[in-house]
Amino acid sequence: MTDEAISVPRRESPLLRLVKGAALIRESWVGMIGLVIIIFWILCALLADILAPFPPNATGAAMTLPGGPAADGTSVHWLGTDHLGRDILSRIIHGSRQVLLYAPLATFCAYVVGIPMGLAAGYRRGLTDDVLSFIANVILSFPVLVLYVIIIATIGASGINIVIAVTFASAPGIMRIVRGLVLDLRNREYVFAAETRGESAWRIMMIEILPNARGPLIVDSCLRLGYVIITIGTLGFLGLGLPPPDPDWGGMITETRSFITFMPHMVVFPCLAISSLVLGFNLLADGLREVSLRD
Amino acid sequence: MLIFIARRIGTMVLTMLVVSLLLFLLLEINVEGVAIKVLGAYSSEQQREIWLENNGYFDPLPVRYARWLGNAVVGDFGDSVRFKVPVSELLPDRIWNTAILGFWTLLIASIVGLFLGVIAGMREGSGLDRTVSVGSIVTTSIPEIASAPLLAALFVFYLPQTIGWGLPGTSSMAGGFDWVQLILPITVLVLYDFGYIARMTRASMAEVMMTHYIRTAVLKGLPYGTVIRKHALRNALIAPFTVIMLQINWLLSGVIVVEYFFAYKGFGSLLLEASLNQDIFLIEACAMVAVFVAVGTQTLADIGYTYLNPRIRFS
Repeated sequence: MTDEAISVPRRESPLLRLVKGAALIRESWVGMIGLVIIIFWILCALLADILAPFPPNATGAAMTLPGGPAADGTSVHWLGTDHLGRDILSRIIHGSRQVLLYAPLATFCAYVVGIPMGLAAGYRRGLTDDVLSFIANVILSFPVLVLYVIIIATIGASGINIVIAVTFASAPGIMRIVRGLVLDLRNREYVFAAETRGESAWRIMMIEILPNARGPLIVDSCLRLGYVIITIGTLGFLGLGLPPPDPDWGGMITETRSFITFMPHMVVFPCLAISSLVLGFNLLADGLREVSLRD
Repeated sequence: MLIFIARRIGTMVLTMLVVSLLLFLLLEINVEGVAIKVLGAYSSEQQREIWLENNGYFDPLPVRYARWLGNAVVGDFGDSVRFKVPVSELLPDRIWNTAILGFWTLLIASIVGLFLGVIAGMREGSGLDRTVSVGSIVTTSIPEIASAPLLAALFVFYLPQTIGWGLPGTSSMAGGFDWVQLILPITVLVLYDFGYIARMTRASMAEVMMTHYIRTAVLKGLPYGTVIRKHALRNALIAPFTVIMLQINWLLSGVIVVEYFFAYKGFGSLLLEASLNQDIFLIEACAMVAVFVAVGTQTLADIGYTYLNPRIRFS
């Protein structure tokens, strides 16, 4: 008997499998559109210094219409300037940095807190489950924005506090989803096998159960990123977001909205920016769900 | 069924109690902070001491919480620092205004969402189905902070310029109640909310259309319209009922943005103003009302779902 005949087929490296899995999104045109939008904004954020024609806080002639000439005579304000004469295009490009830094960070923190809670509730059941589920119910019974407004108004508005508030408000929802998935997975044979081998509870949860729950969680994380972007924008809009003058899309909307009756271009472009980014994540989530249901 | 209802209401009361404790701890555990918020940053040390003494703030925490809760249950939340009137005088008008906004939003969003969801779910995978699905993703992707300015720009700036007709961009109701001023706020809320109802209805409808009793009904030669109306709809509309009830929780978030943008004097703008001004008794009252509405509708949704769905019966 040769070596090859008894060897188990070699597993592909995890990285290769990840890339192959991600490539499945090509089968959904809705998902592809979402992905293109997200990549567009990520490039904007990474290359902001090169792409933005003006520094984000530099002032020139106030309320220039889109396409109007800049003070130096050669460059153009493609999307006009705001009430303080700052170039709107440059501010939108630089604003994408804030959103794409804090939204993924806050979502990630929420998952870091929510996943262990959900694993523990679903796997251990009993009292752990009752207590964790009750806490989750209490937090989820707040209308989301009411919770954010109260937290941020109490602890103050800053990037880190937004991350804390989002984590506090989103972790219970993540916990519920993980718990539901674990309740389904904990009766599989490979879990029983691991229990028989005497593996520790946390090892079973993290190594055996969690990787098999990743599908729905990836879809959920895309949707949740969209919601967090809306949240960060809304807090900026309500004056509870990142402190000025650095550009923040929600803040840009609220600063210029009083000029809507005669200079609506100043408020329209930030609105389109935030909507397109949220749309990107929602379309990607829909595409991923479609692809994952197919097989 | 009665036991089930009693248990749900019991959970609701327990949730409210924990929420009230959390709020109380978050806002009132720091006694000095309360005095500064109520008397202002420029009050003297002595004034604060006297105020705290007079209002029983040196009592132990459990006593203070019990007293606060006792007053809250009968609707006495204290005086608003900003408006200088009892909170209980301030709230009813604002809640009523928001109820008007919420009622029409919910009604229109439900009608649009259910209609689109049903026609999309009738033929899963058809062109109409894809259009409704993608369309509802697009509308739910536009947050209220974006759709409100965009619609305002359209109806307040572009349309009056081109066709000479537009809508008012604020809803402050300065000259008495005016339905026209409600159109834009309701449109903004409906646009954001109907998509979710449509998607859930579509999923429920598509599921029902796959069942054997629908196939049987079609095969025995019933007219398609009758199959849809008598057999499919009745079963497909149970799940969306819950979705619509739970939508009220989301609506309470939405009204904050919309009332702030359109300067509508409702509950949401009151809560925001209270939070921005650290008006703690008003924050407490508004938060308790919001949570009460949210938990109450959730309880109603659970009870209603059990009542509507004959497959779930509790002994």
